[in-house]
Amino acid sequence: MANEEVVLLDFSPSPFGMRVKIALALKGIEYEYRHEDIFNKSPLLEKVNPVHKKIPVLIHIGKPICESLLILEYIDEVWKDKTPKFLPHDPYQRAQARFWVDFIDKKLYLPAKKIWTTRGDEQEEGKREFIELLKVLEAELGEKTYFGGGELGLLDIALLPFYCWFYSYEAFGKFSIEAECPKLVAWGKRCIERECVSKAVPSPKAIHDSLIPYVEALGLN
Amino acid sequence: MAEEVKLFKTWSSPYGLRAVWALKLKGIEYEAIDEDLANKSSQLLQYNPVHKKIPVLVHNGKPIAESLVIVEYIDETWKQNPILPQDPYERAMARFWAKFGDDKVLPSIWGWFTKQGKEQEELLQQATENLKFLEQQLEGKVFFGGEKIGLVDIALGFLANLICILEEVSGLELITKEKFPLLFGWMQNFAAIPMIKETFPPHEKMIPKYVALREKYLPPVVPPK
Repeated sequence: MANEEVVLLDFSPSPFGMRVKIALALKGIEYEYRHEDIFNKSPLLEKVNPVHKKIPVLIHIGKPICESLLILEYIDEVWKDKTPKFLPHDPYQRAQARFWVDFIDKKLYLPAKKIWTTRGDEQEEGKREFIELLKVLEAELGEKTYFGGGELGLLDIALLPFYCWFYSYEAFGKFSIEAECPKLVAWGKRCIERECVSKAVPSPKAIHDSLIPYVEALGLN
Repeated sequence: MAEEVKLFKTWSSPYGLRAVWALKLKGIEYEAIDEDLANKSSQLLQYNPVHKKIPVLVHNGKPIAESLVIVEYIDETWKQNPILPQDPYERAMARFWAKFGDDKVLPSIWGWFTKQGKEQEELLQQATENLKFLEQQLEGKVFFGGEKIGLVDIALGFLANLICILEEVSGLELITKEKFPLLFGWMQNFAAIPMIKETFPPHEKMIPKYVALREKYLPPVVPPK
């Protein structure tokens, strides 16, 4: 039975919601999942996130926490005895992880969005920017198994949902991310091989199929 | 081992000020390097190759970038005068409001300052809504951090200096005692802290800077002949 103390408000294809699902799965935390239709927001969502009215929201013993990266740090701090630890102990390493997740949120989202919601020159620009950013991240990964080293950490969890969306970007953008960033794609595959992670997220094909109605509504192929 | 702490910033950047305040709060001595952003030093570019921006804290040769990341690093490295609370929920709330400042408050205020007409009216409305959320957060408190300044005060503290500059340059009002009594009071209390006051960029330099910035976005109207 799901733990009534932990509730997650989410909208399935959202990469931000996926971060929280991955985090909860990695720590083995049971929770109640509540689907939110972001085009028809519930009174509960507006009550627990009056500032942004967005998912994901984690409600823990009645107290809401908003913003996916803040939720990840909260989970890591509350369930501090459960491995894996998302953030290392050393302050400098912690600062590096926080720098990179900030980089992802500031830079990656808009070019990625251009790839599936636009066509022509704007889409090409999105693809170029996106690949450039992925190459920076690939350099940061280097030869490590995960960004967190030997185990998944904050940066792995923050980036992994974007990996789950690669199939959709490639389909709508008609290009191959693996051809440009083979090490990053290999990293994504390694993460998804973890059973608890793959169970926590929709399959790349399911994400793609869920986007088709929105793409059609935009008048795109 | 002797600590070596350097801070790359500019004379006026609100983001640089956050790192300054965190270091001062902890009583950490540091070397301040004011950059000319039109002519960035090779050291800055080496320490922050990804964004090429200030502030950058360099601690014993290791660089940390992004102002709020720097503040948390300072808090975790030097334990005296804690900036973040201990409780995970309170920490999440502090981080939330600090982020809200960057994601919503600052862009809406900047928009209000640099636009005109209908666009400005809309941005004023957005800025007002955002400021109302902050006003609510101050209920029953002297500072956002409670009795003492904390992460949110450090993150938003630039308002205590910048708002009156923007109001003076534009001739418009944004945060008045009548509309936002708690926020207005907080700005005054924050600015009155000696450690804070002495770091504010000089008024006589800020005014021409922001006049020039505003003219860039809203060139003065030349009357037709």
